[in-house]
Amino acid sequence: MNAQNDEKIRTLLKGAFPPVDDAGPQRDLWPAVLRRLDEEAVRVPWFDWVCAAVLAALLLVFPEVIPALFYYL
Amino acid sequence: MELLEQFVLGNLDAFETLFRQFQRDVYSWVLRIVRDPAAAEDLTVETFWRIYRSRACFDPAQSFGAWARRIATNVALDHLRKVRAEVALPEDLSQGPPSNPALQQETRDQIARCFRRLPAKLQVVATLALIEERSEGEIAAALGISLGAVKSRVFRAVRRLREMLTRAGVQA
Repeated sequence: MNAQNDEKIRTLLKGAFPPVDDAGPQRDLWPAVLRRLDEEAVRVPWFDWVCAAVLAALLLVFPEVIPALFYYL
Repeated sequence: MELLEQFVLGNLDAFETLFRQFQRDVYSWVLRIVRDPAAAEDLTVETFWRIYRSRACFDPAQSFGAWARRIATNVALDHLRKVRAEVALPEDLSQGPPSNPALQQETRDQIARCFRRLPAKLQVVATLALIEERSEGEIAAALGISLGAVKSRVFRAVRRLREMLTRAGVQA
């Protein structure tokens, strides 16, 4: 009985979702993959922004450390 | 050095070779899950981006195709979750039975709507098992779950679908 019910659901689903027309992608996807990789490459992680903000705040509060910072850079 | 080892080291040419070799398989697999060619193209790009990003985790001794398919399945699963959230349908599906039993298109639409309301992880397994008739082993490998989990998900998907179809007035 269960197998019959499953078969009925299967038939209903196959009727509702006809076979897909798999002719492959309509365009060359490689350029899109490269663009996606480039986007990632230029994206700055959030932690780097936090570090930069903390450093900027420190320099504003303690401007006297700027020469020392340049010396060590 | 082998192609897969070069890929793991981040060689873009090796990656392109693998892309050219496997893009059709990945696209085809994703298309069977999401059943939307435009979305399948975007998700294929997303899959290969994730593949490149995770290249350090790949063991060159293993099958690249199987690994790519597993990532593609996860990408498709994420897409279905997003789509399901965007097109959240009303909880009450009882719009009554199709007005005219001869209107088969109406019935098919109702079945498709009910199916799209299943949780994404049940949709994926039900699509592959019931519509695409893929083997349980193939589905288990693609999702990284056990055969028992596949059987359980198919069972739950059928049960929930039958409940929804009954409420929608479709004889299941």
